[in-house]
Amino acid sequence: MPNATFHSVATSVAGWSRRMFLTASATSLAVPLFARTSHAEAMDPQTARAKDPRDPANLALTVNGRKHQLALDARTTLLDALRERLGLTGAKKGCDHGQCGACTVLIDGRRVLSCLTLALVAEGRAVTTIEGLAKPDGTLHPMQQAFIDQDAFQCGYCTPGQILSAVSCVEEGHAANDAEIREYMSGNLCRCAAYPNIVAAIKQAKHSMREG
Amino acid sequence: MRPFTYERVDSATAAIAAFGAGAVGAASERQYLAGGTTLIDLMKLDVMRPQTVIDINALDRTALGRVETNDQGLRLGALAHMSEVADHPVIKRDYPMIAQSLELAASPQIRNMATLGGNVLQRTRCPYFRDVSYAECNKRIPGSGCAALDGFNRSHAVLGVSDACIATYPGDFGQALIALDAMVELRGRNGDRKLPFGALHRPPGGSPEIETALLPGEIITGFAIAAAPWLRRSLYLKIRDRQSYEFALASAAIALDMGENQIVQEVRIALGGVASVPWRARSAERALQGRRLNEQAARAAADTAFADANPHEHNLFKVGLGKRTLVRALLQAATMEL
Repeated sequence: MPNATFHSVATSVAGWSRRMFLTASATSLAVPLFARTSHAEAMDPQTARAKDPRDPANLALTVNGRKHQLALDARTTLLDALRERLGLTGAKKGCDHGQCGACTVLIDGRRVLSCLTLALVAEGRAVTTIEGLAKPDGTLHPMQQAFIDQDAFQCGYCTPGQILSAVSCVEEGHAANDAEIREYMSGNLCRCAAYPNIVAAIKQAKHSMREG
Repeated sequence: MRPFTYERVDSATAAIAAFGAGAVGAASERQYLAGGTTLIDLMKLDVMRPQTVIDINALDRTALGRVETNDQGLRLGALAHMSEVADHPVIKRDYPMIAQSLELAASPQIRNMATLGGNVLQRTRCPYFRDVSYAECNKRIPGSGCAALDGFNRSHAVLGVSDACIATYPGDFGQALIALDAMVELRGRNGDRKLPFGALHRPPGGSPEIETALLPGEIITGFAIAAAPWLRRSLYLKIRDRQSYEFALASAAIALDMGENQIVQEVRIALGGVASVPWRARSAERALQGRRLNEQAARAAADTAFADANPHEHNLFKVGLGKRTLVRALLQAATMEL
């Protein structure tokens, strides 16, 4: 269980793991005491100098049910904030241009590309990454289990994005048959070409997600 | 990516005020940010270099994010996401061309992010535009020339091109809007106005850096499509190098009102993947008006549609492909069961 330091930076705690604890501890060190709250002001009232667009902006990101205070350059994508600042390295950087799907996360329950989303744009919205998919007791999400059962990956690099996209594919009601699954998973590329097994995993998980 | 100032607004009025009196054209110092699937991509590539980015995503909870259907027609808020409209049951049933043009575009993730207003304003995929290591691109650097004219121009346009630019308009939804005579609703510093969708995009001519008729700071608030007897017999056919998640090599948007004996009462035709802007094929429509729609008539109409084609070294195939795409789409529309 976390210590008191953790509670000072994290709210709405859903579940715990050693990794999450380490992540949150690192985050608490990153909370800036100097950054301002407004991104738009032209003049910094504290230093009385013209605002530099490179100055960090304060924002709160809610990831996997936990709120993180960050100070980020406005250019920071959600993907870089997750990986480089929050230590959530499940979302992968593949192409970094929205063409491969390796960075797929859920925002307010809908699958999106974190490489084309500014972290500032995700403020106030609920972000879910692969790290937030399993139950607090460690029970895997049916889609995670199905990927293991169906051997739906080889190198694994695209897998976090595939799994989040697959969860959405089922929840959107676009997993009626193989052809529909393939069409609605076309935004996630797999260089190992594990596609037949990914389709099989989605068909397996579709039933257990309905029951669960 | 270059540094920029980020501003978040919660109303169209605030957005327009934040934009102020920015410059027009591709070099604009200020940009609205909605889904970001074009803008963030091109900022990473250093093609777009805004100094101020105005985030308008919060406006999706206003009328700008709504889809309304009634007997008079359809109104699509500009901040509705592509996926919402593609999955909308009434649009799928009564406006299949619109739903298909969105469903066949991009990927599910991108359709969840991209808004309709941003979609119609997406920039060309011309590799010489997207890669700043090429010094010649009249869209990026006016007057610098066009590297595509003598370059690898397989993906480029054959209709509506000029000596200054042969970049293809990459969108699908725009073809549906121009085929259906949609109106685009705009809001700017001088209030609201409406434009026929066909007047929104400008063919390249001598100034390909100016792509639309939007005034500085003007924001698209929505699209309106009037009810019409040809909407239910409509479709969008898209031909591409791979089966999904790819831009069109050629596409056809068809809406058809057919009377007895397959006689064409009214037809609306737009062509994608082959032109510099959303492309209405009015000469092909006239060629079919009052005729019996069979393969021969469809071929004649397709020949008319591409009569003024201006292909380059690697994209001559688009003339034949575009004609075959149009013929197939017309015959498919004629045999749709309603």
